[in-house]
Amino acid sequence: MKKYIFSRFGYMLFTFLLIATFTFFLMHTLPGSPFNDERLSAAQKAMMAKRYGLDEPLAVQYFKYLGNLLAGDLGVSFQFDGRSVTSIIGERIGVSAVLGAQSLIAGTVLGLLLGIVAALKHNTFLDYGSMIIAVLGLSIPNFVFAGLLQYWVGVRLQWLPVAFWEGFEYSILPTIALAAFVVATIARFMRNEMLDVLGHDYIVTARAKGIRESLLIIRHALRNAMIPIVTILGPLAVSLMTGTLVVEQIFSIPGLGEQFVKSILTNDYPVIMGVTLFYSFFFILIVFVVDILYVLIDPRIRLTGGGSRANG
Amino acid sequence: METILSVNNLNVSFDTDAGEVQAVRGVEFDLRRGEILAVVGESGSGKSVMSKSLAGLVPKPAGRVKAGSIIYKGEDITKFSKKRMRSLRGAEISIIFQDPMTSLNPTMPVKKQIMEGILTHQKVSRKEAEAKMLELMELVGIPDAHERAGLYPHQFSGGMQQRVVIAMALACNPEIVIADEPTTALDVSVQAQILDLIKDLRDRTGTSFLFITHDLGVVAEVADRVAVMYAGKIVEIGKTDEVFYNPQHPYTKGLLEAMPDLKLGSDELKTIPGSPPNLLYPPKGDAFAERNEHALKIDFEQAPPMFKVSDTHFAATWLLHDKAKKVALRIEQMKIKEELHASAEEVPALDRTEKLLEIRDLKQHFQINKKHTVKAVDGISLDVFKGETFGLVGESGCGKSTTGRTIIGLNPRYGGEVRYMGEDVRSMKQSELKKKIQMVFQDPYSSLNPRWTVADIIAEGMDIHRLYTDRRKRMEKVHQLLETVGLAKEHANRYPHEFSGGQRQRIGIARALAVEPDLIIADEPISALDVSIQAQVVNLLKKLQKEKGLTYIFIAHDLSMVRYISDRVGVMYKGRLVEVADSDELYENPLHPYTRSLLSAIPVADPHATRSRERMEKAEFVHSEEDRFREVTPGHWLLCSEEEASRHAAGNLAGDRVLTEGELV
Amino acid sequence: MRMDEAELHDGLFELSGEEGRKKQVRASVPTTSYWKDSWGRLRKNKGAFAGLIMIGLILFLAVAGPYMNSHGFDDQNLEHANLPPKVPGLEKISWLGMSGADIRGVDQYEAKGVEGYYWFGTDSLGRDIWTRIWEGTRISLYIAFLAAALDLVIGVAYGSISAYYGGRVDNVMQRIIEVLIGIPSLIIVILLILVLQPGIVSITLAMVITGWVNMARIVRGQVLKLKNQEFVLASRTLGAGDGRLMGGHLIPNTLGPIIITTMFTIPSAIFTEAFLSFIGLGLQPPIASLGTLVNDGFKMMKIYPHLLMFSSIIISLIMVSFNLLGDGLRDSLDPKMRK
Repeated sequence: MKKYIFSRFGYMLFTFLLIATFTFFLMHTLPGSPFNDERLSAAQKAMMAKRYGLDEPLAVQYFKYLGNLLAGDLGVSFQFDGRSVTSIIGERIGVSAVLGAQSLIAGTVLGLLLGIVAALKHNTFLDYGSMIIAVLGLSIPNFVFAGLLQYWVGVRLQWLPVAFWEGFEYSILPTIALAAFVVATIARFMRNEMLDVLGHDYIVTARAKGIRESLLIIRHALRNAMIPIVTILGPLAVSLMTGTLVVEQIFSIPGLGEQFVKSILTNDYPVIMGVTLFYSFFFILIVFVVDILYVLIDPRIRLTGGGSRANG
Repeated sequence: METILSVNNLNVSFDTDAGEVQAVRGVEFDLRRGEILAVVGESGSGKSVMSKSLAGLVPKPAGRVKAGSIIYKGEDITKFSKKRMRSLRGAEISIIFQDPMTSLNPTMPVKKQIMEGILTHQKVSRKEAEAKMLELMELVGIPDAHERAGLYPHQFSGGMQQRVVIAMALACNPEIVIADEPTTALDVSVQAQILDLIKDLRDRTGTSFLFITHDLGVVAEVADRVAVMYAGKIVEIGKTDEVFYNPQHPYTKGLLEAMPDLKLGSDELKTIPGSPPNLLYPPKGDAFAERNEHALKIDFEQAPPMFKVSDTHFAATWLLHDKAKKVALRIEQMKIKEELHASAEEVPALDRTEKLLEIRDLKQHFQINKKHTVKAVDGISLDVFKGETFGLVGESGCGKSTTGRTIIGLNPRYGGEVRYMGEDVRSMKQSELKKKIQMVFQDPYSSLNPRWTVADIIAEGMDIHRLYTDRRKRMEKVHQLLETVGLAKEHANRYPHEFSGGQRQRIGIARALAVEPDLIIADEPISALDVSIQAQVVNLLKKLQKEKGLTYIFIAHDLSMVRYISDRVGVMYKGRLVEVADSDELYENPLHPYTRSLLSAIPVADPHATRSRERMEKAEFVHSEEDRFREVTPGHWLLCSEEEASRHAAGNLAGDRVLTEGELV
Repeated sequence: MRMDEAELHDGLFELSGEEGRKKQVRASVPTTSYWKDSWGRLRKNKGAFAGLIMIGLILFLAVAGPYMNSHGFDDQNLEHANLPPKVPGLEKISWLGMSGADIRGVDQYEAKGVEGYYWFGTDSLGRDIWTRIWEGTRISLYIAFLAAALDLVIGVAYGSISAYYGGRVDNVMQRIIEVLIGIPSLIIVILLILVLQPGIVSITLAMVITGWVNMARIVRGQVLKLKNQEFVLASRTLGAGDGRLMGGHLIPNTLGPIIITTMFTIPSAIFTEAFLSFIGLGLQPPIASLGTLVNDGFKMMKIYPHLLMFSSIIISLIMVSFNLLGDGLRDSLDPKMRK
């Protein structure tokens, strides 16, 4: 078990190092960065290079960069002179986190419900209904869905505010827009898992014991069906992350995603790279946690745990 | 004896895309208090569906009880509400399923799974339930119940898992336990233990068991009474002795005759031709008529009613009708004549001079990880003579299949030496070798590529070795091979999924024959087939041997079939060959304690013999360094020390190797 | 069982011989190959079949659509700017929004004195949206198909080699996959586009760089499973070489999952391309894709909703259709359902 965690941890570090390295070399090949700006004089360039440490050998720069990363220093923004990327992320991440968490929780709850109902009422109207919702949720691009919500609920019906972030009601539409994918993914996954579990012999065995159907579902089916849900948390985290890029943009929410898109449009490379690294780190961490969690939750693959195999 | 459950005219159907499958068609029987009633039948006979319907567990909405009644304590339980049925299930009627691995919830400790039933049906505190649970675990023979109760199912061995399942079924002292093939997934020696346990539990608790199985040997072992099912009906029912020694229905007779007899030598096996009917289109009269060589005209017209043979013995065959007395006699005479004719054929004595295969110190170790190596085959030496059938037996995991696969080159890295006709196979041209040695596989479902037609499957070897470049000649050869294995030309363009298990196995044999090999390694070729089909395949293999002078290595765990087909038999245990002898010698005079315990565990389809037999405890054996494979009497080899060898040579069994302490499996 | 004893005449109690057997005709099932079978099941799946037809229709329009009227893809006509859609025949059904009237109900065609019809209206430069949308669809599908094809080739090769050779080869190849799977692919795509500059090839390549991993894993899993199936062992005992085992046994039996995976790669590629446009990393004018059209539409959403409407509908339809078809294929190709 410890060995497994260590090896996973090793992978995590390596993957992160890989991305950091990749990012570093990208920074140095990027066209259109301020250092390559033709309007700057040679002297100005030299000054900037000195300021950003670009006059040193690449290897030295690379290790300095890694050192800075470890210290949480992601560099300084071009756009907002003198502001550190770390502080920009720190300022913006709160809003995105709230939005992401709201969507994840709401989406998971609704998705689980839809999935379970669909499986229990297999091949009925409820099943088909849930699956139509799921296919739509998976298929309709989030920017289209967000636009639709904004136009109809916000502009046409004027039920909810269409932009900015000034209170809970401002978060409703973006949350719905983000949660759609979560609902769809979880509902589909849960339905398939449930159907699979319900087809297993041990369900029949449990039924043969004469326990109540509701207990049977909760104790035997649900538990076993929900264990693998952990595995889709990774993809969900990515979808939420990229979702915030789009949704925050559409609803003008001052989160990290909106900042990221703005930085792309203004070629603010340190911010782009910093946010990229931040996102990557977040994602890699989730993959790591999921891997460990899965082993912990499922007694079948618990590697050592409660003693040796009791055979003989 | 008091009747506890009475089934009347039970009909169960399933709705499928293709139509209604009538799985159970008018089943009638009584179950008495404290008896073990075995229901025996082939796959698809409806025995499993029937047993599920007794506990109200027919999967809905596809399946439904169409007609009939199941009377338990004076009430028809088919009319019970779901809730009422639930209160009965687990409390008064319990079920044990075939595969213990899948019938336990993998993510719940066994203790909880056993207690669940108790807490559902009885008003007891958790503490009392826990005490009862421990008591149950001890009752079913799980040692150290205290420590093991909290473990998960996968932490138990297969035999122990089945004991847990049995403990679950017995949790509320049920009146009736339905055991649906409870030992089929287990090894022989574990099976023997579970059967003993069930008999013991019946004696101690007075519970009635309905024991569903396909294995007549198991029936002889446990049952008080037997019901034989065919195509959704009970065709014969009676006391075990009555059914085994005085069978009336042609199907029962056929089944019993298709079983190789451990006692007798090798005549040709009787077979039942064809395969069971598809219950989408149930036949009109006696469902078995189609496969019955001596069917009557009326068998194709009308379904026979149950005729009484004795007060306890009934059979559904027109042969028992008053008007059929004459014809029944004539059939008996015809059969006797056929038998005389068959045994008139003399089998020429095998000339054992030419060694086809010499295996010296074969080792196949698999590295699992840095620390762990599995020694699947650990130093085997044996010779296989031209024209003989060498049987290789042992329990699952003993390395017998690996041996076969290594010989044929599926595991290219091995230790030791394999010589074919005196030549080391490593130095032989691989394409030549692959034409000489061929293999027939176990699983008729995965051994044929589902995307290919039968013609392409059979011709694969010919295509690889470019034996027939002319398309027409290739097809001719395919047709010829199909006929050789008893299939029709028309089958060439069909796909594997359209065939039954036995037919697929024939296709697999044809594929092996296509390159005209000398040696065929048959890896459990019949263990996935029904009894009546097994005999067909074994007879086919024998016939081919005679016609083509083939040599076989026949790998199996079914010892009775191995004895029947093999000239010599080798017994494998934990990667080593512990005993090799002529098959009759081995079965009549087994020397190694493992061989003896194995032989004593095989269920024999002969109730008398079973009762008089003593069973040996399965035990673990450790071989010491000085143990070698020694020839103790001519042709009889044994893994033993020198001292033991000389003792055996002197014919002295006393002072036999003391077994290490018997460990339950 | 009751029956009339009288009916049971003596003649019935005689051996039947072959005659009775002949009367019992067994229902035989017509021979079907795996693909025919699967197609039969797919046709029964309404959603998947609708998806298939929709994909066919969209493909046809993506090819032929731009030539169905006289407007060119990049023909600008500022006098005809921002016209709402107007379709002959449908213009009389007012609620349909095809009458040439804008959101305030003013018929812009009359107001600007425009003759003729723009089926999906025009954009701010007076370009015909119908033509642009189908051109854009063509580009989007082109990128998606190209990416899916590259994923397929790389993934199948990598996955099958890794599984087939096993041992150390598999070990090393798996380590690489494990690292790649830990990388958030969209982030890599964004970074690459920043360097490579948006374009059809760069967007496709950026998606493929991480996209093939999924296919490789699926193929590897399948091949690993199949490799020990007895029909593969049988082929090996017959002396089959690597090529025959791969091409004859392993890959053909993996085709189902490969097709299914590809069916899901295509919509996700279309989404990724559109997403890139949305965050400002999409294709540059004059090339337009569905993504850039949706993005352009957003800017004028409140005044000229038609700009957004059609491109959004088309992109959603494509996504839904492929997902439906993918689901249907999964059900119909799934070997578990086969008896």
